[in-house]
Amino acid sequence: MSSYLMKRLGYTLFILLAASLLIFCLYALTPGDFITGNIKLSPERKAELRELYGLNKPLLERYVIWMNNAFHGNFGYSLDKQQPVLKLFNQYVWNSFLLAIVSTFLTWLIAVIIGVIAAYKQYSWFDTFVMVGIFAAMSIPSFFIGLFLIKILAVDFKWLPPGGMLTTGSNATGVAYLKEVIHHMTLPVIVMTLLGVGSLTRYFRSNMIDVIQQDYIRTARAKGLSERKVLFTHALRNALLPAITLVGFELPALFGGSLIIERIFNWPGIGQLYMQSFTVRDYPLLMGFTMFIAVLTVIGTLLSDILYHVADPRVKI
Amino acid sequence: MPSIQAEVTNVATNRPQAVKSSLWRQSIRKLLKNKLAVGGFAVVVFMFLLCFVGPLFSPYTDNKVNMTMMNKAPNIHHWLGTDKLGRDVLTRVMQAGRISLTVGIASMVLSVFIGTLLGAIAGYYRGIVDQVIMRIADLLLTIPSLPLLFIFGALLSEWKVPTDYRMYIVMLILSLVGWPSLARMVRGQLLSLREREFMQATIVLGLRDRRKLVNHLLPNLVPLLIVIATLNIGGAILSESVLSFFGLGVMPPTPTWGNMIDAANNMIDFQERPWLWVPPGFSIFATVIAINIFGDGLRDVLDPKQKR
Repeated sequence: MSSYLMKRLGYTLFILLAASLLIFCLYALTPGDFITGNIKLSPERKAELRELYGLNKPLLERYVIWMNNAFHGNFGYSLDKQQPVLKLFNQYVWNSFLLAIVSTFLTWLIAVIIGVIAAYKQYSWFDTFVMVGIFAAMSIPSFFIGLFLIKILAVDFKWLPPGGMLTTGSNATGVAYLKEVIHHMTLPVIVMTLLGVGSLTRYFRSNMIDVIQQDYIRTARAKGLSERKVLFTHALRNALLPAITLVGFELPALFGGSLIIERIFNWPGIGQLYMQSFTVRDYPLLMGFTMFIAVLTVIGTLLSDILYHVADPRVKI
Repeated sequence: MPSIQAEVTNVATNRPQAVKSSLWRQSIRKLLKNKLAVGGFAVVVFMFLLCFVGPLFSPYTDNKVNMTMMNKAPNIHHWLGTDKLGRDVLTRVMQAGRISLTVGIASMVLSVFIGTLLGAIAGYYRGIVDQVIMRIADLLLTIPSLPLLFIFGALLSEWKVPTDYRMYIVMLILSLVGWPSLARMVRGQLLSLREREFMQATIVLGLRDRRKLVNHLLPNLVPLLIVIATLNIGGAILSESVLSFFGLGVMPPTPTWGNMIDAANNMIDFQERPWLWVPPGFSIFATVIAINIFGDGLRDVLDPKQKR
């Protein structure tokens, strides 16, 4: 196993290195940069700034500089915000994490409960209803449902604020601050939960259906255990275990923010930061963000492979 | 293994026509019993008819700017109202559907083609070819798809691609992002199929590579591919709408469901004129949910092992 792990780690590093080169080239080769987009600058000043930011150097040299700095923990300097990229990330990522952790928790909770009940009553009226609901949740265009709910719940009924994290100009502290944030995050959390709950419910439902048909469930029933005990102690445990491999895949979503949802709800998270920088072509930030997600994805995949082995030692990795 | 079964029974009964189609006919019969899937299929057909035939019955297809009919709420003449140029929204939703559906299907066809080709080559030949193809696929899967789509979209804008051609390039972009996962799956399937007994038989028979691949391996993938292709159309329509909504996909005046929802970025249109952006949103939703339900029904029939 350890030799496998070493090999796997080596490959992971290789892929990340290749990804960094690809990401760099994609952003660097896109015509137009932060400086050309600014019409207020004179040509001389533009040349001067290019020199200053090192944008006039050959491509490969710029890549080597970027990677070298990255290995030293320096992911560049945002041109637009005039702050180190890492500092900006640290500032915004926790807002994204807050949204993601709450909605992920709700998604899993709802998915497990509904998935188990639907599996237990397979082919029933309730199950069909759940299946249609699952497909509906998987088919919603995320930006549209966001806009639609803002229109209904925020604009028409005025129950919830339309966006942001705090009311404009608010300087609430303590409990009032907390209440305000919760009030503002309700709508984005609802949308994110709605978008994620479909596929996960489907996963738990089909897992549970597989487990219920196993011999040990029949044995448990034959022993005369109560149906509740059979379902929750014997079946649910085995149906939940494979799900820990999903934890790894959740990693990019937990810290990477959601480009679309944060944009629609004007939530000051890392996804919104990316979308803002995208319009002004703030490359250090864009590259940093994309690389950040790539690293999270790779670590997540690695983690889920390892967890897969932990969950089921029969699986050799 | 439809081809082999068919061939064997062929010899026995000498009635090629009836026997050849029996597996497919059986599948269709099974599919027809699944009411949900049939319903989904009906909605898909309805959306296609609406978008491709519907505009023929509309008196407003010329998209003439009509200043006297600006921003009218839905009424008896304009069932879904009119937009800021006085164009009929219902007609535009139907015309946008043509583009959105075409982009969805075309990019699906492209990515299934590329994915199957590369996956099959990788899985069949293995060795260095496999290494190269799968490393590229892994690499593309590592980079998050949304930023990747955005970068390509921005490239299109920078290169000043004429709006008429953008639609085709958007198809290309979507398939470029879509093929790696498909190639991986096809490769996995091929790796297990090539160890089966019927493939040993082809080696014993001394068949050429091309014949082994085209006549014996790929037919076994067809059911899986049909299912994946169906479900991919829904995904492609969603991706296209996201891109177009953010102004990086197909651009006006070519309407798509995604760029029609762009009206919601205007504060007044968003709050006061929901008829501009709600109908295209529901069109996307209805189409994609129907495709997903139908695709899942197909999966039950054609590929029950892959159920997840």
